[in-house]
Amino acid sequence: MATMQQARSLSRAKAGTSPEAARLELLESYLVHGDDIARCAQLSLEWLARHTGVRRSMCVVADRDEGQLVGIAGHGVPTDEVAFFAWPISDTRDPLVAAMSASGPTMLRSLRSGQDGPLPVTPLGAGPVTAIPLRGARGAEHDAIGLLLLRPGTNSFDGVSWLATVFGQKLEQLRGRGSLAEEVRKLLRERSLLFTIINAVTDPILLTDTEGRLIVANARAEKLFAASEEESEGRRRAVELNNMLFSAALSRSAVEGPSEARELLLVDPSEGSDLLFEVLSSTVEDPREGTGIVSVLRNITDLRRATEQIEENYQRLRVLEAAARAERDRLNLIIDSVADPIIVTDPVGETVLMNNPAEELFTVPSEADESAERNVQANDAHFSSFISGLLVGEEGAGATRRGDIGLINPQTGEPIPVEAIAGKIVSDTGELTAVVTILHDRREALERARLYEQLKLASDELQARVQAATAELATQNELLRRQAIELEQASRLKSQFLANMSHEFRTPLNAILGYTHMLLQGVAGELPPPVRRQLQRIDSNGRHLLTIINEILDITRIEAGKMPIQVSEFNINEIVPEVMAELEPVIARSKLTVTPKLAPEAPALRNDRQKVKQIVLNLLSNALKFTHQGGIEIAVQYDPLAPAVSIAVTDTGIGIAPEHHERIFEDFRQVDDSPSRQYGGTGLGLAISRRLASALGGRIMLRSSLGQGSTFTLTIPVELP
Amino acid sequence: MSTEQGPLILVVDDYEDAREMYAEYLRFCGFRVAEARNGNEALEQAFALKPDLILMDLSLPGLDGWEATRMLKADERTRGIPVVALTGHALAGASEGARKAGCDAFVTKPCLPDDLVVEVRRMLEQTHDGKLKSQSL
Repeated sequence: MATMQQARSLSRAKAGTSPEAARLELLESYLVHGDDIARCAQLSLEWLARHTGVRRSMCVVADRDEGQLVGIAGHGVPTDEVAFFAWPISDTRDPLVAAMSASGPTMLRSLRSGQDGPLPVTPLGAGPVTAIPLRGARGAEHDAIGLLLLRPGTNSFDGVSWLATVFGQKLEQLRGRGSLAEEVRKLLRERSLLFTIINAVTDPILLTDTEGRLIVANARAEKLFAASEEESEGRRRAVELNNMLFSAALSRSAVEGPSEARELLLVDPSEGSDLLFEVLSSTVEDPREGTGIVSVLRNITDLRRATEQIEENYQRLRVLEAAARAERDRLNLIIDSVADPIIVTDPVGETVLMNNPAEELFTVPSEADESAERNVQANDAHFSSFISGLLVGEEGAGATRRGDIGLINPQTGEPIPVEAIAGKIVSDTGELTAVVTILHDRREALERARLYEQLKLASDELQARVQAATAELATQNELLRRQAIELEQASRLKSQFLANMSHEFRTPLNAILGYTHMLLQGVAGELPPPVRRQLQRIDSNGRHLLTIINEILDITRIEAGKMPIQVSEFNINEIVPEVMAELEPVIARSKLTVTPKLAPEAPALRNDRQKVKQIVLNLLSNALKFTHQGGIEIAVQYDPLAPAVSIAVTDTGIGIAPEHHERIFEDFRQVDDSPSRQYGGTGLGLAISRRLASALGGRIMLRSSLGQGSTFTLTIPVELP
Repeated sequence: MSTEQGPLILVVDDYEDAREMYAEYLRFCGFRVAEARNGNEALEQAFALKPDLILMDLSLPGLDGWEATRMLKADERTRGIPVVALTGHALAGASEGARKAGCDAFVTKPCLPDDLVVEVRRMLEQTHDGKLKSQSL
């Protein structure tokens, strides 16, 4: 029967338009793939999908030796799940096992109460599945060879049952050769091995058909591209997105050529992070399967990250390099701008670098003459010997060497004494890398030293002069001091002399005045009037002489600072009548009126009564002497604010011109100093009075003008300061 | 004459004119007068005569007036006799020195005989009052 059907399908293959042609095509492919049971099963399922609208289907066969149902092909389901599907057939109550013995299709619903046994979980999912037993032409009464499991949803049950019939017969035919189980097992082992290998590959591997439909995917790929309905919304969406992105990448590679590697950015469905893959696609031409595309996805996320890191480092390196270059340029600029020659030599003494000033000393200009060349060679020789001294030396890292070198200016031949300072530059490993030498022109320093020496000489000279001048000054000072001492001694001698003279004057004057007095007192009996008058003249002149002697003595005492001040308490108002009484004979002779004006409110003074009286006596005496007509007023005033008292002696006398106001207070002075002067006296009275007033803490003021009379005012404090 | 009854004044002065002038005027005024020309004489006279008052010129040859006064005041016999110092030295410190030496009064030359007598009488009265007071006590 199978042969007949095969013949029929062949005969119709040429027509190829009707359902008959489609069935013929399948039977034809059975013939082509003859003894490959899995291939036939796969073709059958695809035929179903194509012609009956069954999108998800699976084919299982019973392996009686192993006692289980095993998957041999699947459509619209993960390939490896089909490959690893195994279901025990020992339990006849099992719905799947039961479906094997059913005569027609069995609907396996989702698990419900009252139904026996667990619902088998097939790669088709947990939903309702239609199980169609596959039997050969002879075995209608026997258990089926296998099952066709379909997701419901076909509208062509006719097509399905036809396929079940022909495929059942094909299975029986293959089993009829007695090797089905063996075949299947061998096949399964190979498959299993293949999948194990593929799954062991850590890169996702996909096989797609030319339309982009997924044929085989390893475990890694399925994580990215497959999600069951039970899985989370997010994951399913990620998988959907990955499928779209992959299809797009494939179609692009189809346009641009598959040979080149492409990058594909996908989403990790479990973590949501970006994953970057490199897609290597290659077209495979299988004589039986037709054209397919194998894609290997290599995760280059880390690689990319590393690349970026490298790129970044590289950029940074470039920046650093640029900075280093700039630094070096700047350093060169600095080195060149240093006025002192700088030379860098390597460990064997070869010159590595020179700045411009160094070049002038150690290189021969092209147009230079022979002498310049010789000079440069001489400079070189000097420098080399200096450097070799450092290189040979035992000094370690950072060691410096100083030395004076006599160089020559190559152009002019002028000698240039330099101080060379060389330092070793040692690497981290302690290896000598270079020697840097700076040559410092010592001419300026030498010149400065010379100038300094001169300056020092000049300074020393100046200092010597100053010392000489100071010594001279000290001598002069000493001289002055001695002179001052001598003057003081002279002054003291003068005072002593005057004191002695005063004593010497007094002794005879005492006798003159005494005897005159005694005669006038009538010791020698009654005197005739002319004798009496003459004796009175002697007496008055003697008294005058005594006044003069006393005044000279006062000045002397004041100058010597030996005027004794004897403080007592007294009323200023008492002084006025006393003074008037003392001068009574003079007042009487002058015919002037003397008017006292007292100040009863004035408090008692604490001062030298005798000195105050002496001053007032002098002032009144002067007023009487220089007034010819009018009157004299003696007014006492008390100023409670100071507090002080004053005695003003106002006369209507000749007056004193303002230009003489100061002069009359000087020693031995009168307004008229001429020998033919009109008024007598030593001219010491006011000088003494002013000094006494000052010694008592007071002062004498004068208000006067020529012809207008004068007012002399003595002011003294209530308490002697 | 009342001369025999008047108080005895010892005038000590080396300058004869002054000494005799004062002596003459004192006698004229009713005093008895003894004279001495220097310090030693003054001491001798004072111890011998026990005068009522001594007029002592301070500047004397040999033993001067200050020293003589000090010795008189140190001696039990002459301690009570008032000593009036006479000096031509008017410089500060002269009167102070005289008081330190023990002089009871101080008179500066020139001193009119009349003024001297006034001072002598004053001193004698003071001494007399003092003696009376001490006696009455």
